[in-house]
Amino acid sequence: MMIRKALATLSAIVSMAALSPAAHAESGWHLLNMTQGVTDISRRIYGLHMLIFWVCVVIGVVVFGVMIYSMLKFRKSQGAVADTTMVHNTKVEVIWTVIPVAILVAMAVPAANTLVELEDTRNTEITIKVTGYQWGWQYDYLENGVVFFSRLSREADAARRMGSGTDVTKIEHYLRDVDNPLVVPVDTKVRLLVTATDVIHAWWVPELALKKDAIPGYVNEIWFNIDADKAGTYRGQCVELCGRDHAFMPIVVKALPKDDFQNWLKTTAASQKQAAASQQPDAAPAVANAG
Amino acid sequence: MAHDSQAVAHGDTHDEHKPHGWRRWIFATNHKDIGTMYLIFSGLMFFIGGVMAMIIRAELFKPGLQFVDPQFFNSMTTMHALFMLFGAVMPAWTGLANWQIPLQIGAPDMALPRLNNFSFWILPFAFTLLFCTLFVPGGGPASGWTMYPPLMLQTSEAFPMSIFAVHLMGASSILGSINVIVTIMNMRAPGMTLLRMPLFVWSWLITAYLLIAVMPVLAGAVTMLLTDHFFQTTFFTAAGGGDPVMYQHIFWFFGHPEVYILILPAFGIISEIIPTFARKPIFGYEAMVYAIASIAFLSFIVWAHHMFTVGMPLAGQLFFMLSTMLIAIPTGVKVFNWSATMWKGSLTFETPMLFAISFLFLFTIGGFSGLMLAIVPADYQYHDTYFVVAHFHYVIVPGAVFSILAAVYYWLPKWTGKMYDERLGKTHFWLSTIFVNVLFFPQHFLGLAGMPRRIPDYATQFTDWNMVSSIGAFGFGLSQILFPYIIWKCVKSGEPAPARAWEGAKGLEWELPSPAPHHTWEVPPSPEVVARGAEH
Repeated sequence: MMIRKALATLSAIVSMAALSPAAHAESGWHLLNMTQGVTDISRRIYGLHMLIFWVCVVIGVVVFGVMIYSMLKFRKSQGAVADTTMVHNTKVEVIWTVIPVAILVAMAVPAANTLVELEDTRNTEITIKVTGYQWGWQYDYLENGVVFFSRLSREADAARRMGSGTDVTKIEHYLRDVDNPLVVPVDTKVRLLVTATDVIHAWWVPELALKKDAIPGYVNEIWFNIDADKAGTYRGQCVELCGRDHAFMPIVVKALPKDDFQNWLKTTAASQKQAAASQQPDAAPAVANAG
Repeated sequence: MAHDSQAVAHGDTHDEHKPHGWRRWIFATNHKDIGTMYLIFSGLMFFIGGVMAMIIRAELFKPGLQFVDPQFFNSMTTMHALFMLFGAVMPAWTGLANWQIPLQIGAPDMALPRLNNFSFWILPFAFTLLFCTLFVPGGGPASGWTMYPPLMLQTSEAFPMSIFAVHLMGASSILGSINVIVTIMNMRAPGMTLLRMPLFVWSWLITAYLLIAVMPVLAGAVTMLLTDHFFQTTFFTAAGGGDPVMYQHIFWFFGHPEVYILILPAFGIISEIIPTFARKPIFGYEAMVYAIASIAFLSFIVWAHHMFTVGMPLAGQLFFMLSTMLIAIPTGVKVFNWSATMWKGSLTFETPMLFAISFLFLFTIGGFSGLMLAIVPADYQYHDTYFVVAHFHYVIVPGAVFSILAAVYYWLPKWTGKMYDERLGKTHFWLSTIFVNVLFFPQHFLGLAGMPRRIPDYATQFTDWNMVSSIGAFGFGLSQILFPYIIWKCVKSGEPAPARAWEGAKGLEWELPSPAPHHTWEVPPSPEVVARGAEH
């Protein structure tokens, strides 16, 4: 009775799922694995991930194979009689301790090598300070004085409200789009200095294989070097719970060819200087009024 | 106690001498009554935490905010974890310890019965207090069960209530552990040497030491949060010279042993059940004991693997990567020994064995993803994504929870004197095992594709697998309703169970009649009986 009821409810849920408007532009069924990314480090991390994955698969096949074989072969219903003398075997026990040690050492070496390389923040060409706050990011190009905030795109910010009446699946890059993306050059070792003003956040773009906590009072360093032929837009979001709108502080990185980047930097620096200059007279009377 | 020893001296066992009515429970000092209360409490918390999980999965069924405010969603993820870890799993272990340890070591009761009563009765107050935070201005704690500052310090009215609730839970666990240690160390029957103890008793002895070692650390960490919030200290506030990362180090120094507190007794349970249904002693008994002890030791030196992304020095990251990988070795030994116990056995597949086998497969999958998470560069991609959510749910749900279910099915005939309905038990098993995989396996995909944990709304490419996961969650949740029904049916109208309810069962508890009388082993079992139970 109970089971029939549970099954009926379940089939109702399943049919609901089938009928609901899941027909958005990009299907997610194929998204099963880690991205290979667009940097040398991200590909090496992907390689490590696949290596350890296949090691686990092989061990799994052997161990699960033995268990399944036992379950099929040694059934009481098939007349199997227990061998109660089999309680200990030093040779076997030593073997199944030593083999995993060897596998782990074999895994630790390439992992340590990659780690040493990705902690090497020498010879970076550009430094950008990334500051997390509730709930957005600030990017500060330290060498050029370009500073701006980056927040969830207005369209998505309106649509995500409860009862907004907007079908979020119709919004392009829902929750993965910002007003001002972080612009970086390709083929350049870019250093990020990551920090935060209020609570802990974390900066992550899967294609760059970087994730670093943004912590008040700390300045963490990370770097990436995007392949010369991989100009494009890469998307991520905050990955450390940072309060109510944690889900709504995306990160967008726009990687430009070197020349385009220099042009963008020059134009932006100039327009920001102009804006700052034109704001001066506006700001003064405001202060005067307040006084 | 004086009364009991007198009874023994007179060779007179007052088997059914027990208080009646509400006094029996409020003033309970009998290990069986207290064990029962712990288990019922744990079941209740499991369903409350389960409802919270259903709210989370309902919101995540599709993108956009449908049902709850993000702040409430965050308090659901926080409370779900606290209710499940401290309310469901840990009290279930203490309940099983209360029932089984005295029966298994031939002791008349737990060593400290009034302390036992106290450690149980703290819990309802702790969880009522925690639950009430949902109704105060600002809502419940919403900074994750890890309570990281500075975010935790932004909690409003719920802040002191949550901290006090955590203090109470910690106190209850410490008192319970003291009782377990004193009982095991002092009250074993003659002939029950340490290396003759059942593995469930061993696993609990080691767990109890872990609890005593780390619960005070948690209490210290949350007390510092309290003074940061109310007394202007700045332990964890950078602006005052404090360090938010130090909290994480202290928390995980507690938190990692805590993870093993949740799973070690499961290792003990599985080591009881597999030999019974393979009709063959456990393979490598001593290796099993040493493996549990090594896992417990390693649990103290791996904590920072929960925080590889905070910006640790290279040497620190390498150390914590290597120490974490080492855990795979004793864990591997355990899995190999369980497999070897089934090898050349004479297997039958009653409900406890089915859950134990499911544990073997699915806990091992959780172990594999744990090994992957240990590889620091790869962890930079996995950290704080659904891959981690999938990992720890694989070790906690088909790991700890399935072994609790297995243990209840296994010992229910001893506790009630009646058999549960095997057909319903098997239905419960198949529904649980299928849905737990539908629920958690796709979360590996979501994490690898880049979905962060603890978010109420997500980018549209994550929709499909989230739907699958939510369907699995509803299926898993509904299937669990069968469990109390099966127990109720067993108590009400089960077939009478023999003293040795399972053909292959060894151990002192099976030497007692079913149901076990209110007072047992008032006269310790003879060394011959002890030796018969400890054939390994």
